[in-house]
Amino acid sequence: MYHLAIGKFGHLFVIIAFVSALVAIYGYVKSEFANKLTLEHGHWKKLARNFFFVHAIAVLGIVFCLYWIILNHYFEYNYAWANSSRAMPTGYVISSFWQNQEGSFLLWIFWNVVLGLILIATSKTWEAPVMAVFATVQVFLTSMILGVIIPGIDLKIGSTPFLLLREAMPDLELWKLQPDFIPEDGNGLNPLLQNYWMVIHPPTLFLGFAASLIPFSFAIAGLWLKRTHEWVRPALPWTLFAAAVLGLGILMGAYWAYETLNFGGYWAWDPVENTSFVPWVILIAAVHTMIISGKNATALKSSYILAITAFLLVLYSTFMTRSGILGDASVHSFTDLGLSGQLLIYMLTFVLVAIGLLVYRWKSLPSDEEEVSTYSREFWIFIGATVLCLSSFQILATTSIPVYNKIGELFGMAWNLAMPTDPIAHYNKFQLWFFIVVALLTGVGQYFWWKRVAKGNYEALYVPLVLTFIISGIWIYLSEVREISYILLLTAAVFAIISNGAILVNILKGNYRISGGAITHIGAALMLIGIMFSSGYSKVVSLNNSGLMISRSEAFTANDNKENREHIMLWFNKPERMGDYQLTWKDIRIEVRGIREYVPASWVEMIERDFRAIALRDIELGGKKYYERGDTMEIYPDNFYYEIEYQDPKGKLFTLFPRIQINPDMGGIIPSPGLKREWDRDLYTYIAMSLDPTAEPTWSPTETHTVAMRDTFFLNDYIAVLENVVRTEEVEGVPLKDGDAAVKAIIRIMDRGEEYVMSPSFIIRDNTIGRKAETNKALGLRIQFAEIDPKTGLFTFAVNSTQRDYVVMKAIEMPLINILWLGTFVLMIGLAVATVRRYQDFAKARDREVRAESKPKVKKPAFDKA
Amino acid sequence: MKKIHILGLIVIAIAVGVIISTAGDASTYVTFNEAEAMTQKGNHTSIHVVGELTKDEQGNITNMMYRPEIDPNHFEFSLIDNAGTVKKVVYPAPMPQDFDKSEQVVVIGKMEDGYFYAEKILLKCPSKYENDKLEIKEYNSNSAS
Repeated sequence: MYHLAIGKFGHLFVIIAFVSALVAIYGYVKSEFANKLTLEHGHWKKLARNFFFVHAIAVLGIVFCLYWIILNHYFEYNYAWANSSRAMPTGYVISSFWQNQEGSFLLWIFWNVVLGLILIATSKTWEAPVMAVFATVQVFLTSMILGVIIPGIDLKIGSTPFLLLREAMPDLELWKLQPDFIPEDGNGLNPLLQNYWMVIHPPTLFLGFAASLIPFSFAIAGLWLKRTHEWVRPALPWTLFAAAVLGLGILMGAYWAYETLNFGGYWAWDPVENTSFVPWVILIAAVHTMIISGKNATALKSSYILAITAFLLVLYSTFMTRSGILGDASVHSFTDLGLSGQLLIYMLTFVLVAIGLLVYRWKSLPSDEEEVSTYSREFWIFIGATVLCLSSFQILATTSIPVYNKIGELFGMAWNLAMPTDPIAHYNKFQLWFFIVVALLTGVGQYFWWKRVAKGNYEALYVPLVLTFIISGIWIYLSEVREISYILLLTAAVFAIISNGAILVNILKGNYRISGGAITHIGAALMLIGIMFSSGYSKVVSLNNSGLMISRSEAFTANDNKENREHIMLWFNKPERMGDYQLTWKDIRIEVRGIREYVPASWVEMIERDFRAIALRDIELGGKKYYERGDTMEIYPDNFYYEIEYQDPKGKLFTLFPRIQINPDMGGIIPSPGLKREWDRDLYTYIAMSLDPTAEPTWSPTETHTVAMRDTFFLNDYIAVLENVVRTEEVEGVPLKDGDAAVKAIIRIMDRGEEYVMSPSFIIRDNTIGRKAETNKALGLRIQFAEIDPKTGLFTFAVNSTQRDYVVMKAIEMPLINILWLGTFVLMIGLAVATVRRYQDFAKARDREVRAESKPKVKKPAFDKA
Repeated sequence: MKKIHILGLIVIAIAVGVIISTAGDASTYVTFNEAEAMTQKGNHTSIHVVGELTKDEQGNITNMMYRPEIDPNHFEFSLIDNAGTVKKVVYPAPMPQDFDKSEQVVVIGKMEDGYFYAEKILLKCPSKYENDKLEIKEYNSNSAS
């Protein structure tokens, strides 16, 4: 049965949300232009506010309808069919909500509503202009999921998530035969995204995007109302909040990439990563100029520019990711839904209006009377913000290469530009130096900020400097840091930690309210150290020293230099050396829901095209019995874990489980690393190449060998000896009855230092013969005991061989990567502390202002320095 | 000259440096013949070549070689670029998983004597959204709600 009502309701809610946002803009604008002293002002504002509430309820309605469809598996809807399936655990069903473009727009809309409601409650005199901007953004965003086709001109506005499958794919023959067809199951969520980080990363990122609208709105409101200075105070806590949340979102994505993808790191300079990182850097720069904007007009002007730019860059990022313009430049861009035109209008509207307003008001903004002193805190903080801007400019200039191509095409030129082939070198060439300067400035800036140093008085800096040189000197000496750029970066980061640490300990003396800056800087410096060591000094452990290589032409050997021979091959169950380690590939395991440990794949029979498996034996792990033979259990059918046992130089054993995932959505088999974590380094290993674990082996044509006892014969490439044929009482998998006779052959097989025994059985029951073949995966052999000739005493074996199972592996050592995660954590704490402090400042000033308004005699409240 | 102006000049200088380096480091999409011409002129910068795998009449991929038991770090295949030129490509790393299923291959690297030496390979695989495929399982009118 089709559930048409829920979709109709959803669509209706979208339309209500769109229209109510339009009315809210009108109301808020009207209220702002009305005379403040008349009732009209209040009326319009109330109307607008009520319409925003209607908008909020409608948005919740949309979210509810879409969730209802997904959670109840209404696969007649395209969204549910394309993004979810019955097999998915609830946590991932939640995340299938924002898997597609429409849902992620909805997530953004939802967060804007939440933030909008908070602003209505808190911003008092700012409400009308700020919410006018908010409502405008909501109009554009809801138009993206409107899914309305304007008749006559056939113009499609937005793409609705409530599309039925038959509307999404109208050309299928199927609908003619079965117009009411409902697929039994959905396509499911891309298994790569079935990870807890992917449940929380997108909402966090979108909350960051949504929050970046707040400083933008206040900046616009400041220009509009000519409250030139005042907008900074309410905007600052939100700028910090946006920076914290967006940064957290980005780093969650980085952490997911590190854990799940196999490019050997957490940051790939992918355009999608870059376009979210750039607004973050700009937000951080904006925080700094806003802090000093009370004293310095240049900083105030910069704050306008940066607060506006941060949001425009978020729009640019959205445009890049969703318009399909990145094409093959990025792995994780959405495909074009035909919304690029709409997105472009959205972006350009805001660019033109914001920049237009800024230019229009520029003359009325104050200017500095006298020049800022080189010895003032304003000067150093301003330099810091400038360097951050340069850093984001470089990233943006390169990331926009696909955009240049498109612009070139508009003018009929085919530039065919591609991203730099070595992005790391390209970006680091500048970023490394920018961040050395930034790290130094965090320390110096703090000393100027707290007035510990001034012109001609630098004593306060002596101790931190000396300490820095001692500590970084020892560190450099003990480590392998020899490149001058890395030496400088490490020294700068150590200086940042020591100087900010000294500020934290000596100056703030437990006044945690104002410690945000110092803590944040320490976090950032820790991150720099973690990034530098983990990426600059990561070491490939899996060097191929086997000496085997194709040596056909000179050209090949010349080019196949050692740097590139970074993968080793492991045969099944055959120990191999890798650097200082000895490795053995022991088994393939799978993930059973509800069991922490991985279960050997051979213990179960997986049901094809399903998420269940049947136990072939009792499932007992770690002394606990989970399932009995014949039980059905739920598994993650796409994931296979390769059990690789490591023996380190001290003889200690540990096991890593790098994963491969059968993932047709991503083009086949996707490897994920197995990690061995130690406090100072991670051992990062992944399967670069393997045979498909779900594929049945292809056996060679049967070869027969007829041999006598103790004969030596050749099986494939191995030497085999028929040691003995003995009577046996049990044959695995075949219960023996009374009167049955069974014998097994004992065949010893030698393979370069390894020895295996295979024992196929021969069973006689009621004059019929049963043959139980034995398969050895390590050798890639299957032997069947075919015949016994009592007259001659010869035994015949039927032998098939197959490709011996192997994996090609890579292992990298990542030093100090955990310092990066620790730094992230510290950075977030610092930003949170700063956000709270700035919000309290704002709330205090606001309440003062409100009191002042109720007592008209009192003079205008003094808006003081930051 | 005010300090702000000096600062401005420095910023502009760095920005110009950024632009020049971006232009310099940006790679280009070319064909094998253009790549060969570049190498002959002594230009050894890395470039992108887009192409498809060579296939026989049955649709099987031809000239592909990966033998990990001999060398896990050596993979060879031949690629036909958009202009129709076929070249051997050598990749000093394992064959990317499911390489054979890719529709389009982008190789990044440079032309050597008679073959293309790929430092990186990008694969374009059939996406689930591109073709309106709908997997039809056994349909049972009672099962779905």
